[in-house]
Amino acid sequence: MREDQTMSKFSLITKGLVKENPVFVLVLGMCPTLATTTSAMNGLMMGLATTFVLILSNIVISLIAPRVPDKVRIPVYIVVIATFVTVLQLLMQAYLPSVYETLGLFIPLIVVNCIVLGRAEAFANKNTMGDSALDGIGIGLGFTLALTVIGLVREILGSGSIFGLKFIEGDGILAFVMAPGAFIALGYLMVLFNKFVAKK
Amino acid sequence: MGKSLLVSPSPHLHANVSTTSLMRDVIIALVPASIVSVLFYGWAALLVFALSIVSCVLVEWVITKYLMKKPSTVGDLSAVVTGLLLAMNLPATTPWWIILIGAIVAIGVAKMSFGGLGQNIFNPAITARVFLLISFPSYMTNWTATQGFISRPDAVSGATPLGVIKEAIGSGSTIPEYLAANNLTSVTFLQDMGASLGELSSIALLLGFVYLLVRKVVKAWIPVSIFATVILISGIFSLINPDIYTGPVFNIFTGGMVLGACFMATDYVTSPMSTLGGIIYGVGIGVIVMMIRYFGSYPEGMSFAILIMNCVVPLLNIWFHQKKYGRK
Repeated sequence: MREDQTMSKFSLITKGLVKENPVFVLVLGMCPTLATTTSAMNGLMMGLATTFVLILSNIVISLIAPRVPDKVRIPVYIVVIATFVTVLQLLMQAYLPSVYETLGLFIPLIVVNCIVLGRAEAFANKNTMGDSALDGIGIGLGFTLALTVIGLVREILGSGSIFGLKFIEGDGILAFVMAPGAFIALGYLMVLFNKFVAKK
Repeated sequence: MGKSLLVSPSPHLHANVSTTSLMRDVIIALVPASIVSVLFYGWAALLVFALSIVSCVLVEWVITKYLMKKPSTVGDLSAVVTGLLLAMNLPATTPWWIILIGAIVAIGVAKMSFGGLGQNIFNPAITARVFLLISFPSYMTNWTATQGFISRPDAVSGATPLGVIKEAIGSGSTIPEYLAANNLTSVTFLQDMGASLGELSSIALLLGFVYLLVRKVVKAWIPVSIFATVILISGIFSLINPDIYTGPVFNIFTGGMVLGACFMATDYVTSPMSTLGGIIYGVGIGVIVMMIRYFGSYPEGMSFAILIMNCVVPLLNIWFHQKKYGRK
């Protein structure tokens, strides 16, 4: 019984990584996925920023959900999410100014990231605080993993570097740093992920 | 036309048209233009043609054999056509690895990812050209005139006419000023400039296109509506202000206009099926290409225009699908 429970707790985290990977399987949060993954570092940072908001908003929403009237739940969730995004924004501005500069508009846009609202709606408002936190961690890490992998592929092909370390002279295939490359990289990674990793 | 719609008992006549025979006709139609560009650009051009065709066929063979594990579709010759068209979109100085990347994008990304010939949304050769253009701008706009078998009068290395004009207008001078300053008339101007392999040979391309029309391989309405739109728009603009807007003749015979209109926009898979749809598609391409040439940041917009209108083709096919016989 006890083991069963730890197993299911553990699976709360792993399902976000693989079976319900928000990017490769659920295909949510495409806007930051396509726009911020110009390099592995940008993808990683965007993923971690979203994870931060996701965990905290999941916790708070799971606590307040029983008291929120159904009709106004979406505005209430958005207010909660926006609060944490503001916190994150100020923290990043203070301690990671360079990352804040690069990600720019996409930090405030986490408010309308459908993954965050989606987890609030689909999971946090009907589960306990502990489970919701684990769900936030799982989905957040899945998102971070996906963004980092896409960023890594685009950076290797587009700029010829890995996490900022250049291994070729000059430029790579520039299209991969631009928007079309984002779609191409995402498409092929989705194919590979669903074929080899998320097998039923 | 009316007779071919009759319903009759067997034996049925066979039209004797196959994908392979259509593709073979397109290849034959492209031969004169290919010969012209090889004559003008020499071994370098021949190498680009050979590399492009071989790598396109190779990529298709590898994908069908090892990834899709289906019978190879190399025999339908469509990869050869794609390779030929891709080569015509490249400068003669293109390095081999860029051609290989182009072949992978054309066949792998634009064609086979969608399921192969007949299911691709975008024209493979154009997709590859645009991909290479935005990826390797310096290689893709290196219009050095290579040593040809026939020397052209005053062959110069430099930008294409469209690029030069764009730059001149961007720096504040007008077209007549530019031509006067460089001691050119509008006719010699067109002859002297460097170009992609296929650009130079508008006449040879048109010749090939006439062959396709005679063989009834393609219908004329798409190129005709593109040319008509381009002539109309550039006519109006150049009448209003000939100082900064280039005229109809210039716009038809520069850039990838003829190649694009006759051979890329008419691609069976990525153009509308009905006549009306085809005309709307052609007008759309004409409008977009002129907007890009006049107001865009790129000097040439033919490939972008075709790609953009390719996206609209499924919609056009729904709106203007052929009425079933006997239905209203």
